[in-house]
Amino acid sequence: MNEITFTINDQAVKARRGWTVLETARECGIHIPTLCHHPAVTPSGACRLCMVELRDGDWAKLVASCIYPAAEGIHVYTDTARVKNVRNWIFQMLLAAAPASREIAELAARHGVTGTRFAAKDPDEMCMVCGLCQRVCEEVVGLSAIAVVDRGVHKRVGAPFMQPTDVCVACGCCVNICPTGAMRKLFDSVRGETATKLTQLAV
Amino acid sequence: MRKESAAPAMAPFRLNAPGDLETLRNKIIESRDPNRPEIVVCHGNGCLASGAPKVAEAFKAALAETGINAKLMPGVKTTGCQGLCSKGPLVQIRPQGYFYERVQPKDALEIVEKSVMAGEPVERLMHKDPETGKPLYTEEEIPFYSLQERLVLRRIGKIDPTDISDAIAEGAYAGLAKALHSMTPEEVVREVEKSGLRGRGGAGFPTGRKWRSALSAIEKKGRPVYVVVNGDEGDPGAFMDGAIMEGDPHSVLEGLILGAYALGAEQGYLYVRAEYPVAIRHLEMAMAQAREYGLLGENILGTGFKFDARINRGAGAFVCGESTALFTSIEGKPGNPRPKYVRSVEEGLWGRPTVLNNVETWANIPLVLGRGGQWYASLGVPHSTGTKVFCLVGKVDNVGLVEVPMGTPMDRIVTDIGGGVSGGKPFKAVQTGGPSGGCLPYSLKDTPVDFDSLTKAGSMMGSGAMIVMDEHDCVVDLGRYFLKFLEEESCGKCLPCRLGLTRMREILDGFSRGEGSEADIADLTSLAEALKDGALCALGGSAPNPVLTTIRYFRDEYLAHVSDHKCPAGVCKHLIVYAIDPEKCTGCGACAKNCPVECVTGEKKEPHVIDAAACLRCGICKETCKFDAIFIE
Ligand SMILES: Cc1cc2nc3c(=O)[nH]c(=O)nc-3n(C[C@H](O)[C@H](O)[C@H](O)COP(=O)(O)O)c2cc1C
Ligand code: SF4
Ligand code: SF4
Ligand code: SF4
Ligand code: FES
Repeated sequence: MNEITFTINDQAVKARRGWTVLETARECGIHIPTLCHHPAVTPSGACRLCMVELRDGDWAKLVASCIYPAAEGIHVYTDTARVKNVRNWIFQMLLAAAPASREIAELAARHGVTGTRFAAKDPDEMCMVCGLCQRVCEEVVGLSAIAVVDRGVHKRVGAPFMQPTDVCVACGCCVNICPTGAMRKLFDSVRGETATKLTQLAV
Repeated sequence: MRKESAAPAMAPFRLNAPGDLETLRNKIIESRDPNRPEIVVCHGNGCLASGAPKVAEAFKAALAETGINAKLMPGVKTTGCQGLCSKGPLVQIRPQGYFYERVQPKDALEIVEKSVMAGEPVERLMHKDPETGKPLYTEEEIPFYSLQERLVLRRIGKIDPTDISDAIAEGAYAGLAKALHSMTPEEVVREVEKSGLRGRGGAGFPTGRKWRSALSAIEKKGRPVYVVVNGDEGDPGAFMDGAIMEGDPHSVLEGLILGAYALGAEQGYLYVRAEYPVAIRHLEMAMAQAREYGLLGENILGTGFKFDARINRGAGAFVCGESTALFTSIEGKPGNPRPKYVRSVEEGLWGRPTVLNNVETWANIPLVLGRGGQWYASLGVPHSTGTKVFCLVGKVDNVGLVEVPMGTPMDRIVTDIGGGVSGGKPFKAVQTGGPSGGCLPYSLKDTPVDFDSLTKAGSMMGSGAMIVMDEHDCVVDLGRYFLKFLEEESCGKCLPCRLGLTRMREILDGFSRGEGSEADIADLTSLAEALKDGALCALGGSAPNPVLTTIRYFRDEYLAHVSDHKCPAGVCKHLIVYAIDPEKCTGCGACAKNCPVECVTGEKKEPHVIDAAACLRCGICKETCKFDAIFIE
C-alpha cells in the first residue's frame, strides 16, 4: 500500500509514502510554523520552529516535522507544552536576532510571542541565516552566487568572500524565497555589475 | 619507542593459520629472559610533559657509564600512559616491579646502581602510603592501582606500542585467532550481544544491538558495509581514547578486525583527532606491522578473510565526533551533522550500512571474544557490564587514567583511588561527561557510576572525563566555561544551538555579576529545556546538562549570586572583594609592588590596605603575599 495512516492531534490523517509529517499536516490544513522550509529546495531542518511531539504511551520525543518521515501509526501533536516552549524561545531569540524583520514579528505574534527578553545585537538586522537563499540559488537556479560563511555562532550569508559577484543573474529567486525579507536588503551586496545592468535592462 | 633501532625481536613472518599465532607467541616468550632487568619509562602525555624523554636519555647515559655486563644489558623501554599522570615522570624497574614517581634525570644513576644492578629499592622515589607514609614498592601495593580493574588498559604501560611482538606476547590478536579458527560471523555477533557491552562514546547504545541492526540493513541493502572507529575525542578533560590508541593501538585494531569479520566488511576507517599525532603514528605502525604478519589485509591468518583499514585525520572540531558529522567529514565535506531521521547503521558512510563505535568500545571487543560474552557480562552491574576507563582530573591528588568495573561508587573512584581533594576535605561535586554531562554533589557520592544510575541522577556517563571540584570551584563559572567551549564548537546549523548557547551564557554572565533574579533562573531552566528538545544534534541537545544539573543540586549557590550578590566559591570576579588581614600583614609591600593598578597602599612595615573600588580582582596580590594575609571577603 502506498498510503500511510497516522494521527495529528488525535485526528486520523493519510499520507503518501515519502511525505514528511509537515507535508501531511499542510495537506490536511493543520498549521505548523516554519521558516527554513520551502518545497522547492532540500530541507535543512535548521530553524526548528516546526518541532512537533511524537507520543507513544509514556514515551515522548520532539522531532522536526519538515524532515520527519510520515510513518504508519505514529501519534503527532503540534501544540503540546514542550512544543510551545521550544517555539516560544525560538521566537524570542529570533525577535532579538532579526529585529527588523516584519515577517518574523508577524509569525511570532501569531503564536502569541510579541516581546523578547533578549537584547537585539543589531536593530537593522533582518536575516536569520536559514540558508534558503543559498539553497535556492544553488539547487534551483544552478548558480552559487550566495554562500553561507563562517561556522557556528558566527554564521552569515552573503556573496562568496562578501564581494558582489557577476555569477548572479539577478533572477530574484532568493529575494522571493527569503522568509524574513532580508534578501530584499542584502540583494545589492550579492549581485555584481553585470547583474545590475541586466535588471536595469529588464525594467 | 622503537625508531631507527633494530628490527623487532622476532623477524616478521606471515601467520598462515589461526594456530600460528599461539606458536609465534610462545616463541617470542621463549626468546625472552624473564629475569633480564628492564627500565620502563612512561611516555604517556602527562609524563612527556613532565620531562620523561630526558629521563629516558639519562638512563641510557647511566647504563653506558656503569659499563654494565653486555649480556645482562637492561633495555630502556618506553610505553604509553601508565596512569598516574600527576606523579610523573613514572619509571618501573623489572623484574622486581619497583615503581618510581617524579623521577628526574639526576636520579637515573642511583636507580641503575641500586635497583638494576643490585635489585634494591630506592625508597625516596616511591609512592607513599597516604596514611602511614610508608613507601609502597610496586603497583600492586599502591591503592591507585590495586583498587582498579585494568582490563582495557591491561597492556598499556607494559608494552612498547610500536612493537607488535610485545603486544602479541601479552595476548594481542588471541581473540581474533580464536574467532577465525572456531566461530562463524554470526557467533561473533551473538557473543557481543551476550556480553551486554554498551558503547563507550557517550550514549551507551548496546553494541550487540547495533551490530545486529547493521546485519538487518545489509540484508535489505547488501554490502559494502563499513566499520569505523570514532577517535575524535574532543571533550575537554578527556584523554582516555588517545591513551588507548597511543599505548595499545593493537587492541583497537583487533576489535575493528573482529567487527569486520562479524559483519563482512572489507574496509574500515579510523577517524582520529588531528591533535593526536602520536596516536596516529602508533596506529599507522600497528597497521603496517599487522599487515606484515598477516593479521590485516588479504587472506587474514590464512583463512581467506580480507579486510583493511585506513586512518582519517579529524578536522579538529568537537562536533565531528557526532556520528553523521563524522561521516560527512570522512566523505571529504565539511563536518556538519546531517538533518535526517535515519539511523547510521542503515545509511552511514556514503549512504551504506555502517557500524561506528568508540575507541574504547572497539578495544573491549577482543576481551569479549577472547574470554567470552558470558564472562564479560559478569563484570560490572546488570545493565552496564564490563569496566569503564575514566580520566580523573581536577582537584584530586592522583590525576590520571583509571579503569573500574561499571557501578563502582563515585566516592571510591574520587577518594579511594583518586586520593581525594588535596588537604583531605570532601569534594564539592563531580562533573562527568564534560560539556554534555552533569554535575553531581558530594551528597550523592555513593551513586554507582554506570549508565543508568548517572542518567537517573540527571547526569550522564559521557565519554569518561571526570572532573572533581572543590569548594573553590563555582557552579555558575563551570556552566559559563562549558557554554563558551560549545559556542566555539557549534556548527551553527540549527537555530536553538546557534543562538541559544550564547543566550544561556549571557544569562549566566549576568549571574556572575550578581545581576538577575529567581525569575531569571526559571527562564534559564526553560530555555535550557527548549535547547534539549529543539536542537538538531546532541551537541546542542546535551549542552544544557551542566546548567540544569547545577541548578538542581546547587540552587543555593545560584541564589547567592543573584539575591545576595555573593559568589560563595570566591570565583566570580564582580562579586568578590580582596582584603588584607592586618594581623597577618607584615607590611613587606610585595603586593603593592605587583598590583597592576597600584591600588594597594600602606607604610613600610605597617599593615597595607586595598582600595576595593580600584581593585581589578586579578588576584596577583594574593599570589604574591608570602604571609597569607590577603583573603577574599
Ligand atoms: C557533539 C558530539 C561529539 C561527540 N564526540 C564523540 C567522540 O569524540 N568520540 C566518540 O566515540 N563519540 C562521540 N560522540 C558520540 C557519537 O555520535 C557516537 O554515538 C559514538 O561514536 C558511537 O559509538 P559507541 O556506540 O561505541 O559509543 C559525540 C556525539 C556528539 C553529539
Ligand atoms: S538573484 Fe542572484 S543570488 Fe539570488 S538566486 Fe538568483 S542568481 Fe542566486
Ligand atoms: S537572506 Fe533570507 S533566505 Fe537568506 S539566509 Fe537570510 S533569512 Fe534566510
Ligand atoms: S545542535 Fe549545534 S552542533 Fe548540532 S546541528 Fe545544531 S548548531 Fe550544529
Ligand atoms: S521548517 Fe523545519 S526546521 Fe525549519
